[in-house]
Amino acid sequence: MLELIVISTLNGLLFGMLLFLLSSGLTVIFSMMGVLNFAHASFYMLGAFFGFQLTKWIGFWPALLLAPLLVGAIGMAVERYGLRNTHKHGHVAELLLTFGLAFAIEEIVAMMWGRSPVDYRVPALLDFPAFTIFSTNYPAYKIFMLAVSILIFIVLLMVLKRTRVGLIVQAALTHPHMVGHLGHNVGRIFMLVFGVGSALAGIAGVIAGPALVTQSDMAAALGPILFVVIVFGGLGSLPGAFIASLVIGLIQTFAVALNGSLASAFGPLDPSAGPSVLTDIWNVTIAQVAPIVPYLLLVIILIVRPMGLMGTRET
Amino acid sequence: MNAKTTSTPTSTIAGKPAGDGLRFYGIWLAGIAVLIVLPLIFSSGGSLTSFSLIGIAIVFALSYNILLGQTGLLSFGHAVHYGLGGFAACHMMNAVVSHGWPIPLPFIPLFGGLGGLVFAIIIGWLMTKRAGTVFSMISLGIAELVASSSLILRSVFGGESGISTDRTALPKIFGLSFGPQLQVYYLIAFWLVISAVAMYALTRTPLGRISNAVRDNPERVQFIGYDPHVVRYIAFCFAGFFAGVAGGLAAINFEIANAAYLGAIQSGLVLFSTFIGGVAYFFGPILGAILVTYLQLGLTSVTGVWQLYFGIIFIGIVMLSPGGIAGLVMMHRPLVRAGTLPTVIPSYLIAAVPTLALACGVILTIESISRTHSGQGNPINLFGVAFSPASPLTWASAAVLLIGGFFVARLSWRRVAEAWDRAATVARDRGYLA
Repeated sequence: MLELIVISTLNGLLFGMLLFLLSSGLTVIFSMMGVLNFAHASFYMLGAFFGFQLTKWIGFWPALLLAPLLVGAIGMAVERYGLRNTHKHGHVAELLLTFGLAFAIEEIVAMMWGRSPVDYRVPALLDFPAFTIFSTNYPAYKIFMLAVSILIFIVLLMVLKRTRVGLIVQAALTHPHMVGHLGHNVGRIFMLVFGVGSALAGIAGVIAGPALVTQSDMAAALGPILFVVIVFGGLGSLPGAFIASLVIGLIQTFAVALNGSLASAFGPLDPSAGPSVLTDIWNVTIAQVAPIVPYLLLVIILIVRPMGLMGTRET
Repeated sequence: MNAKTTSTPTSTIAGKPAGDGLRFYGIWLAGIAVLIVLPLIFSSGGSLTSFSLIGIAIVFALSYNILLGQTGLLSFGHAVHYGLGGFAACHMMNAVVSHGWPIPLPFIPLFGGLGGLVFAIIIGWLMTKRAGTVFSMISLGIAELVASSSLILRSVFGGESGISTDRTALPKIFGLSFGPQLQVYYLIAFWLVISAVAMYALTRTPLGRISNAVRDNPERVQFIGYDPHVVRYIAFCFAGFFAGVAGGLAAINFEIANAAYLGAIQSGLVLFSTFIGGVAYFFGPILGAILVTYLQLGLTSVTGVWQLYFGIIFIGIVMLSPGGIAGLVMMHRPLVRAGTLPTVIPSYLIAAVPTLALACGVILTIESISRTHSGQGNPINLFGVAFSPASPLTWASAAVLLIGGFFVARLSWRRVAEAWDRAATVARDRGYLA
């Protein structure tokens, strides 16, 4: 049991940090531009596939650097030539543009790399067990992932809190118009933030690709969870996104690891009653419920605290 | 977009001349006549199936437009109501057969509608608290919740295989067994007409009007004493009901309901249909549903990457013409009335050539890439010309068409815009406002 707790906590932290790499970009973009970037998870997927392809060509370490840059460039192009032109048609049109992009990117990825998972391997340098707890070998690559995401988290924090650019971005989070009035080139800031946000998603993709499955439906699987994270944390709140990422990462990881059901806790139901909704619920294991846990959390937070954990701004 | 959507429907309300009423009913009667005559002209099994699917898609898209076009709620989970309607209809059909209730098949879509409505009533209050982007995100979350739950609650949703049923086992009405596709088609056409009339009537009620107001300016709606939340909730329930009707029709047509009915793909398709058709006009979703269903059925046999074309068409519509096809068509109304349309047509014809070249370039590029990657070397047949995906000539012509077509087309579009502005100015001077 203790083993399960330690391993699941590590895995949960890892998943949570990955979620935060994605949700931080998403929430900053949303607060500044009012655009919910539906294609954000697609940038994560592009990162994973670019990482896979570049690893094949030039090795993992250059790919770790190049793939996010490529994804960032694509993100900037999307902002410059797509969103900026759509802005005059309102937020719904912008949201729909990113929705169409997410759809198109998934199809393009499926066209280029096929619909089945690609063989994206952990680099040989990191392919060894880092340590052994109880009887489980914990892979070094996961420690590396955790280190990278924490490093990026710290860099992001420093940039936001300590630099001039960070100051402007922070100001633009709450008062985008005022920032424009103060004479900053809001268009360029938007493009930059969009590019950096996409690049962060790209990094998440490159490092998560070998550990998770790199497949053309990975964006569609992760995208809705990201939205849950930023609604749960409170729209436009970075600390909220951080806490929500960790909470959802931990809860989902623990749920997957647990195998109990109501039937195992309270004994099976009377079999003469026949199959019904009750028996379904009674017999389902926590691991089977894991995929819907984030959405249940979403419904609960909407009932209890509609603005999210740390949210203050009504949108 | 707001200015256009508000002005157009309201401008037709007051002071309608008598001829307009005749023309208005004429359009509806013509539509019904087309529905009756269509299977007599195209009587093959394939076209009957297509017509049935298109009919279902139209009801579904129209129900979606109650949300998107009329109330301004962008939902990413509308298929939930469609799917639950389908399941409700399937369970009802099975229950009718096993209990021997005297309910014939034509009434089943009503129960589908109730299935969609009940879920909308339960979840809607929570979902419609906020409009805009928040609503969109929540709708996506709820859709995922229902789609995932449907795989867990096996006794209701039948797991992976779904719930199947037999439409011919229900009590007969007028001696119709509903075994042949033709009878099912007429059943769908019947419900299509009823639903379309009902949904059109809904847009003319005070509720429909206040929904438009909530879409455009919820704050002012509050000032005049309505609660936007309640209005959104009621609109959401209506949309859920009609989506359920569409789902019930689908369940009758396929005699099965499974988890794919309420999945994200179905939600995306209805969004595509409605938006491509145009949300600002009642007939927009009808056009969109016809086009998207037709493309979906037609493209699958021609290309392996038909969904990519959908995505590209959708992005193109969002960026270039957010009013959809209906918006493009209706843009020409003042020009036709003022008689200035002929001045624009030459620029259209000039622009058509490079635009077509650009489209060919896009198609050739996509097909070359996809066929090379999937390892099948069968030639691309474009307007009777066969291109081999492996030959450099194909790639070169694709590049030339794509890049050259883009730059020339951009120039010609500018000419179109200029000609259009001139014609619109003349039309405005003659008193025909857009």
